[in-house]
Amino acid sequence: MIKVSNLVKTFGQTHAVNNISFVVAKGETLALLGTSGCGKTTTLKMLNRLIEPDSGTIEIDGQNILSQAPELLRRSIGYVLQNNGLFPHYTVAENIAIVPNLLKWNKAKIETRTNELLEKLHLPKEYLNAYPAELSGGQQQRVGLARALVADAPVLLMDEPFGALDNVTRSKIHAEFKLLDELKRKTIILVTHDVQEAFLLADRIALMDKGQIVQIGTAAELLFNPANDFVKDFLKEQHLQLELKTIKLGDIWQYLPADGRRINTSQLAANAGVWEALDTFKFYPRENINIINQQTREVRSVTFDQLMSAYSRFKNHVPHE
Amino acid sequence: MFRMNEHQQTLMEFMRQQSDKLLVQTLQHIGLTFISLFIAVLIGLPLGIYISRVRKLSGPVLGIAGILQTIPSIALLGFMIPLLGIGAKPAIVALLLYALLPIVRNTHTGITGVDSNVKEAAIAMGMNKWQVLFKVELPLAMPVILAGIRTATVINVGVATLASYIAAGGLGEFIFGGISLNNTNMILAGAIPAAMLAILFDFLLSLLQKLNFRKVKGAVKIAPVLLLILSCFYFIPSAYGSKLTAGFTPEFMGRQDGNLGLVSKYRLKIHTIVISDAVMYKAAQEKELDVISGYSTDGRLKAYDLVVLNDDKKIFPPYYAAPLVREDALKKFPQLETTLNKLSGLINDSVMTELNYRTDYLHQTPERVAKDFLQAKGLYKAPQQSNGEVVRLGSKIFGEQYILTNMYSMLIKGYTKYGVETKTGLGGTKIVFDAMTNNQIDVYPEYTGTGLLAILQAPRNVINRLQSSKDSTYAYVKAAFAAQYKIKWLKPIGFNNAYALMMRRQQANELHIKTISDLNRFLNTK
Repeated sequence: MIKVSNLVKTFGQTHAVNNISFVVAKGETLALLGTSGCGKTTTLKMLNRLIEPDSGTIEIDGQNILSQAPELLRRSIGYVLQNNGLFPHYTVAENIAIVPNLLKWNKAKIETRTNELLEKLHLPKEYLNAYPAELSGGQQQRVGLARALVADAPVLLMDEPFGALDNVTRSKIHAEFKLLDELKRKTIILVTHDVQEAFLLADRIALMDKGQIVQIGTAAELLFNPANDFVKDFLKEQHLQLELKTIKLGDIWQYLPADGRRINTSQLAANAGVWEALDTFKFYPRENINIINQQTREVRSVTFDQLMSAYSRFKNHVPHE
Repeated sequence: MFRMNEHQQTLMEFMRQQSDKLLVQTLQHIGLTFISLFIAVLIGLPLGIYISRVRKLSGPVLGIAGILQTIPSIALLGFMIPLLGIGAKPAIVALLLYALLPIVRNTHTGITGVDSNVKEAAIAMGMNKWQVLFKVELPLAMPVILAGIRTATVINVGVATLASYIAAGGLGEFIFGGISLNNTNMILAGAIPAAMLAILFDFLLSLLQKLNFRKVKGAVKIAPVLLLILSCFYFIPSAYGSKLTAGFTPEFMGRQDGNLGLVSKYRLKIHTIVISDAVMYKAAQEKELDVISGYSTDGRLKAYDLVVLNDDKKIFPPYYAAPLVREDALKKFPQLETTLNKLSGLINDSVMTELNYRTDYLHQTPERVAKDFLQAKGLYKAPQQSNGEVVRLGSKIFGEQYILTNMYSMLIKGYTKYGVETKTGLGGTKIVFDAMTNNQIDVYPEYTGTGLLAILQAPRNVINRLQSSKDSTYAYVKAAFAAQYKIKWLKPIGFNNAYALMMRRQQANELHIKTISDLNRFLNTK
């Protein structure tokens, strides 16, 4: 658990971070979302003491981070940078082994762990002796992630980790990221300016502006209960897409026609979003999709029109503001 | 083509003949280069790292290192003498100061140029500041740092040739000896190895620079050892000691009427170091040297209270000064000869020493000294209107020649209607004499001994026949110059600026040394 209280940092006249507090539960992913200059990166860097705060406290698992030498603290916190920050003079294997070497692991242990991660991150073993410059951007970012994960630190800080990637590579890595079991048990703080990314990857989102947190909550809370006009405006452009992704099929379950299972149709779990269901339709006449509710084992079959009608009925009943 | 082959032949012969000296000088040269480079790396690398941390200091430090580099090498070596004396120490310090700038600057550039993302990643992963320095910053900056060391090496190989000026040895002994002696083979025997050393080291370091990261790690570990080994080359030619130390100019070292004559005629055995004329007298006064090879009319003789040892076996030929004039100039300017001859017989050794003392030591301008002298002799006349014809005067690059040239200039302007153009400071004998044969100048003061030995390169039997006689030497060069070059020796001015061995007056008196034979006897008594 990470507990941040009354954190303040000024650079000259600028209040980069102005009295912010938040709590991240164990295993939770929090996204710090905002435009550049809002203080999100400064906040992140204070967590591993790359920047020292002017005032306020940060506790990780109940321990003040100032009570530990910064080098030791950092070895227990994974860190992923936007431009990957791989050592150009180290091979992939050496890059991944940096923290284990600092922790004085033996060779065999480092090798086993490196191979395990390469497999999980879909990196071919031949790359172990390659230098970062010989890899593609997506591969470099995966190596950066492997380097942050290798020592299995309980906390992972990510500073715009996918910001430098092209859209196709980014969506691919996003999907892998969601599935990676290594990340499921970690407490993650992710800095991003990409609303979609925050909505997709984070359990909760802290929207920041001018050094302060404007609103902190789940994606649905930000969408349907924005704290003020800033939050509303921030999400406005992509509102429809965000809604379709945020609202799960389970949410609109009661509005779906109580029709039974059809054969020869696509199947989706109820915890998928409406967006995913729309994406699944192949648009041929009388097409149906089976939606399976895992808890009740109940199956409902819907057409495109039925899905859209259920969605609009749900929306009309959602309490606004 | 034929001449070319003949020339190659003689250079190879010279190098083979002098191979012992060449080897010693090359080893000294490599040693000097790398001792100073090694120390420069020891100082420059940490300094460069430090100023990349404390940015405020980077401006001043790089500025000072830059200024040090703009000081002319000879001047820097000169500054070192009062502080560190002569020999290896001041040479190493001077070389090290030159090598410092490229090393400090490139270390600073290399380290500040390391990608900030990579540095941040290193810190964020829990490296301490030393680990960040040694594992990230230095390896990534290494190509740039190596480029700096490469530049410094090439600079050092070049500047080390000047080390011979202050008796530190190296290939400069041949180069500057050769220039003084008008001996092309000797110059090339020093210059070619020096150039090859520069090319070789530059090439080897460029290979090191191109290695990839993995191999550089190993190479960087070997480098200090290699540097140390190369540094030790300097000490291989072991020094041998004697009671007194002599400092001779490179020119003196290579001449029959110099050190070679001292060895063959006097059997003089004295610990000798090669040193430039510019610092030799000062080094004698400061007791760095006991015996030096000077010129008998040098003003510093008086300034530093030195005495000339009597050349009792007559190895130093006479060096009577007289104006040298192109014969076509004498035809073109009918009044020139009588005008120049007005000075003849007026200046003896002690007068010339006094005049030199006033320019060299009291720092009076040669023009003032010349004018004072002419006025005292009643010879000075205000300049006349020029008729447009111009006599071109030349001089070598030392005070006595400046004074004489000024006197001649004043005499010509006062007694004739010719204009005067002076080209002073024409380096050594070779340069000024070439200027005359190529019709760049009409007149310059020359010495009979120089004409006989350096220009005519008279055979041994002729020199022996002349028997160091003033008159027969003058007659010989006069006839030979007229026949070979169509250049005329006018009447001698009077003084004899010959080579001489000299010592501090006090020491000479204490040791009862008056002649070179006395010196030799003293050295041979155990």
